[in-house]
Amino acid sequence: MKNFNGKVLFLDRSDINTDEIIPAKYLTENSKEALKPYLLEDLKLEGFNVENDIADKEVIVTRENFGCGSSREHAPWALEVNDINIVLAENFARIFRQNMFNCGMMAVQLDRDTIDKIFTTFKGKETVVKTDFQNSQFTFTSNGQSMDISFEISSYDKSLVEAGGWVDYADTNYS
Amino acid sequence: MGKTIAQKIFDAHLVDKPSDDINVIKLDAVFCHEITTPIAINDLKKRGKNRVFDKRKIKAVIDHVTPSKDSKTAEQARIMREWAREHDIKDFFDIGENGVCHALFPEKGFVRPGYTIIMGDSHTCTHGAFGAFAAGVGTTDLEVGILNGVCAFKTPDTLKVELTGKMKKGVYAKDIILHVISQLGVNGATDNVIEFTGSVISSLSMEERMTLCNMAIEAGGTCGICPPDQVTVDYLWPFISGDFSSKKEALTEYSRWQSDSDAVFSKTLTIDISGLEPVTTFGFKPDQVKPLSEMKEVKIDQVYIGSCTNGRIEDLRAASAVLKGEKLHPSVRGILAPATPDIYKEAIKEGIIEIFMEAGFCVTNPTCGACLGMSNGVLANGEVCASTTNRNFNGRMGKGGMVHLMSPASAAASGLTGYLTDPKAYIK
Ligand code: SF4
Repeated sequence: MKNFNGKVLFLDRSDINTDEIIPAKYLTENSKEALKPYLLEDLKLEGFNVENDIADKEVIVTRENFGCGSSREHAPWALEVNDINIVLAENFARIFRQNMFNCGMMAVQLDRDTIDKIFTTFKGKETVVKTDFQNSQFTFTSNGQSMDISFEISSYDKSLVEAGGWVDYADTNYS
Repeated sequence: MGKTIAQKIFDAHLVDKPSDDINVIKLDAVFCHEITTPIAINDLKKRGKNRVFDKRKIKAVIDHVTPSKDSKTAEQARIMREWAREHDIKDFFDIGENGVCHALFPEKGFVRPGYTIIMGDSHTCTHGAFGAFAAGVGTTDLEVGILNGVCAFKTPDTLKVELTGKMKKGVYAKDIILHVISQLGVNGATDNVIEFTGSVISSLSMEERMTLCNMAIEAGGTCGICPPDQVTVDYLWPFISGDFSSKKEALTEYSRWQSDSDAVFSKTLTIDISGLEPVTTFGFKPDQVKPLSEMKEVKIDQVYIGSCTNGRIEDLRAASAVLKGEKLHPSVRGILAPATPDIYKEAIKEGIIEIFMEAGFCVTNPTCGACLGMSNGVLANGEVCASTTNRNFNGRMGKGGMVHLMSPASAAASGLTGYLTDPKAYIK
């Protein structure tokens, strides 16, 4: 299983699309690693500095409809090669969400109040998330302050994360 | 309880339910292009699974950047070519025969009512125009599609968009879908199939239905879908005439892909389009839409006519009806990319290409080109484009560029005046 713990990158905006996550001009790359320098290159967001804000982050917290737009799996890959394997949001675009789980990564939906609470409590502070996958719980910590948040993913999504993705799962079950 | 078209298609293709709301369905076709497929091919090879589930059901094209523009895109094309050859994929379209996937594959008769189709491309929803379930997927789903001919989807809810009334002069399918997206919002249809019904739909051509379904994804929809009818049968007849004794028989067969009268929809949106004006987008999201007549004078640098949304023959006809005998404004560059070779040839035959060229347009080969900012018309920082494509995301057509989405007639009219323009007064 991949790592789902680490420092949080807060992206306080809805509808962040796949062109913002990884611009189309990099789709000519044939390896995931090559995408690494370009993550979120075109994202325009107040207070977000693409040069400094990504390097040590491993978890993204954002608002609604994250990953809308193109079907490119380069979006999860660009996250993955930057050691970000998990995104928490109010909701996701379908293809992006499926791509995340298909790669053994997590796109976890939390309700609006919970996302609001996370932003008001932690945004702007150095925050760390610990994920207890078996018990479906996140622990947010910052400066002695901490918050437990439980989450739900389907048993199917769980098995994709555990299997490390959909290719092996499908080829075992449906060939 | 009745069922929707999408539910009926799922029922007919169900292979497994690994959990309550997940359906693994059998695929009738897997479409491939050179941007998302090479990584899938490489990964399958790495896993020692270099197989295809059924070479006749795989359809492949090089369309996004063609002819290749640099070593990297040449490499993507090479991987596709060699793979198609290795697996003896007959329906593979390379230079000379290639065109934008969502225009080319329907034209070849690869889509049928009731089909299930995936492709590593978000605008795969286009093919729902034929009453099929067609969805864009990522590379991993594509890989499994190629390998095992299956894909997993949540049980689809269906959102019904009922269109009534009559289109005014200057209003096209593009204006309708932009208006629908503005009503739904960019995630208003997430995890839903959008079923288009109502009196307007039966009066639309297959080309117009494809324009509608093409942009379902811009509201987050998994697929757009139009119930198959006589228009569908007429379009498909050259491909299906061997399977049915008459068009009537084909229509009867395809009519099972209709939503039941007591089917349950997640939401119904009824829109009378009679009052609709020609519209455009004004921001970086496709749901930011307003009438062209309400736009302050917005100067443009480029007009782009093409793409899987509006690069078909009817689109070229609509634009040429505006351009005939006119010249582009001196500060505007015009680019026309007919979506397929057949469309290109037809446009030559009808004198449309000449009208575009006389107006000052550059006519490119069929390709996605500038639509995704990869070639053939990338914008410079600060430049503005009136475009018939489907995405106005920041940076889509080039870093720092601004894209305004609209119909081909509106784009053509804007090219003549040099600023975003309502086409009504310019249609001859
Ligand atoms: S024309 Fe544009 S939207 Fe359509 S398939 Fe090509 S890149 Fe995608």
